Amino acid sequence: MSKKPKSGNSIIRQTRLWSPLFMGPVVAAFIIGFVWPFIQGIYLSFCKFRLIRDAKFIGFGNYVKALQDASFRHAFWYTAMFAIVSLVLINVLAFAVAYALTQGIKGSNLYRTVFFMPNLIGGIVLGYIWSMIFDGILSRYGTSVLMDSKYGFWGLIILVSWQQIGYMMIIYIAGLQAVPEDMLEAAKIDGANKWQTLFKVTIPNVMPSITICTFLGLTNGFKLFDQNLALTAGQPFIIQPDGTSIKTTEMLALNIYSTFYGSGSASPGVAQAKAVLFFILVAGLGLAQLSFTRKREVQQ
Amino acid sequence: MKKFLAIILAMTMVMALVACGGSNNSSSDSASAPAESTSDASAAPAAEPTASGSVYWLNFKPELDETAQALAKTYTEKTGVPVKVVTAASGTYGQTLTAEMDKSAPPTMFVITNPSMDDEWGDYALDLTGTAIANELSTDAYNLYNVNDPSKLDAIGYCYECYGIIVNPDLIEKAGHSMDEIKNFDGLKAVAEDIHSRAAELGFDAFSASDLDGSSSWRFTGHMINLDYVYEERAAGTVWTEQPASITGEFVPNYKNLFDLCINNSTVEPSTLATGGHDAEAEFKSGKAAFFVNGSWEYAAVSETVPNATMIPYYCGVAGEEKAGLNCGTENNWAVNAMASAEDQQATIDFMVWLVTDPDASAQMVAQLGIMPYKQAVESTNGFLNDAAEYTANGCYVMDWATNYQPDVDNYRAGIVSALNAYCADQSDANWETVRTAIVDGWAAAYANTH
Repeated sequence: MSKKPKSGNSIIRQTRLWSPLFMGPVVAAFIIGFVWPFIQGIYLSFCKFRLIRDAKFIGFGNYVKALQDASFRHAFWYTAMFAIVSLVLINVLAFAVAYALTQGIKGSNLYRTVFFMPNLIGGIVLGYIWSMIFDGILSRYGTSVLMDSKYGFWGLIILVSWQQIGYMMIIYIAGLQAVPEDMLEAAKIDGANKWQTLFKVTIPNVMPSITICTFLGLTNGFKLFDQNLALTAGQPFIIQPDGTSIKTTEMLALNIYSTFYGSGSASPGVAQAKAVLFFILVAGLGLAQLSFTRKREVQQ
Repeated sequence: MKKFLAIILAMTMVMALVACGGSNNSSSDSASAPAESTSDASAAPAAEPTASGSVYWLNFKPELDETAQALAKTYTEKTGVPVKVVTAASGTYGQTLTAEMDKSAPPTMFVITNPSMDDEWGDYALDLTGTAIANELSTDAYNLYNVNDPSKLDAIGYCYECYGIIVNPDLIEKAGHSMDEIKNFDGLKAVAEDIHSRAAELGFDAFSASDLDGSSSWRFTGHMINLDYVYEERAAGTVWTEQPASITGEFVPNYKNLFDLCINNSTVEPSTLATGGHDAEAEFKSGKAAFFVNGSWEYAAVSETVPNATMIPYYCGVAGEEKAGLNCGTENNWAVNAMASAEDQQATIDFMVWLVTDPDASAQMVAQLGIMPYKQAVESTNGFLNDAAEYTANGCYVMDWATNYQPDVDNYRAGIVSALNAYCADQSDANWETVRTAIVDGWAAAYANTH
């Protein structure tokens, strides 16, 4: 009785003593690679700069310009719409596939592997491959994925669904396999049919997976960049009578990128301000969504 | 087992961190060490290069990379001055420059392509007026002066190029025409339309594909559009020396003439141009097309199979265009980093002088670049540049690269591409009106956006 806490204490003391050695590298890497650039990024959003070393502080000017930018507002609504549609589609389909593949079909493992594989291909490559596929079909009708923003939107939805369903499916499979057998059995004995079992037993039990997947789906949808760049790069544009153009299929991340590398000495600062707004938006949405779905999880 | 794994992981991480720090040190060591050691060793022979600095050349032209690396090596062997050459991947020069300039050892020698880029980077460029390299120039036609301070020489041209319509004269004759018929737009149109109408019988077509995807659209949104800008300049009797806030678009109908001719008398359907994927160069080289809209940099590739290839101006139906020449200019201008140390700046200028004066080095450079506007550089062997010189010698006017003044270049051009895509799919007046808006009002909007 008296020995146990002592040894526990010495382990704690030992851990305390050595913790800087083990924690140090990670903390240092985290500060160098994340915290410091992040703080600097926020600072730069208040500056006019071309090189970081001689940034000039100008206050909120960049934010004003960013918010006045019609293309940024368009990109925001477009991204929001895209994120919602892709979130729903990906999660419903991924859950359906995962459910089907946990019913003991022959060759489940093969299917899982095949469905997961698109996720291993990089976004840029996928964008180009799919643009070839879409154009191969659309060129028969004398058009192209670059010609109509509807094609661009649904093309991108198909692309990310194809890419991400497999990934989400793996998470759902893990969740479905963790549903307690006894609960399912009890439901069966109580006379619940398949749909009732699914909605009253299975889904409440996989809520943690749903939380993760909706979180990932939402942030992935907002942060999408490579696929957007490679598939349409914002084409087609609406050329407005005053000469400004709205890139109809440009999402937020791509808008920030093209602002940063656009001409004009002020553009990097404006892009930086957009990036900070973008961060606040994604972080806020993610957190809100997380706390919302967490409430629906059941404790096992 | 787990412990072992943990130890391995921890060690990898520590190693990675050490390696990160270490590599920085070693590279800065190696940059300075050879400079010292070799300056001792080669103290006797290397009497002329007095600089003790080093050179870091951020190269803009991917096709020059091999030559530049070899020349850098030769120079280091000869003088002991370390020269590092980094070439930005095609289309990513702006990004590479932004990243490299912020490092502790930024490029000492970089490229400024045009006035709007000078607006962004000119402050970091050394004033080259009166330097050894500026004194070697054979013309100041390609120099880039600071947009805010016209007396400051920010960058100097190291090569110039020309563009227009590349023609295969053999095919023109095979179709029963002669090059003498093509002296203006009407002549060009008659020949091109005749060839296109008999394409099946002749086995070749008039124009090679005019793709509007990223790898090819610059031929139309960067180059061919230049005819509007140049004729606007000529109509106003001026030459632009700074970015105009707006353009009139008076000659956009002429741009339409030529663009229509290109897309409607071509090997491919206009509606397939948006996606691209055709190989215009291969079509021209293999004799499947008689015309190819491009520039002097294609000479080496094209002359392999079409040795008689020649270049004609953009004939587009402007009065007096019989006297037009080729579009000559450059977006290749060397600048020296103003933030670099005095030794590095001197070493860089010495290196530049060597590149354009040394018979062997300048020969290698010219072989890649076509021509260099320096007194002691070897003469050009590029047939298209020789065509350009011949037009000038015959009293034709040179079409300057007014296109270099395009505001917010990438976005402005992307807008035109989008409008042209819609036009190629459906050649209606309304769709052309959008193209016109993208060209003319798009210019004013881009200018307003960046000023």
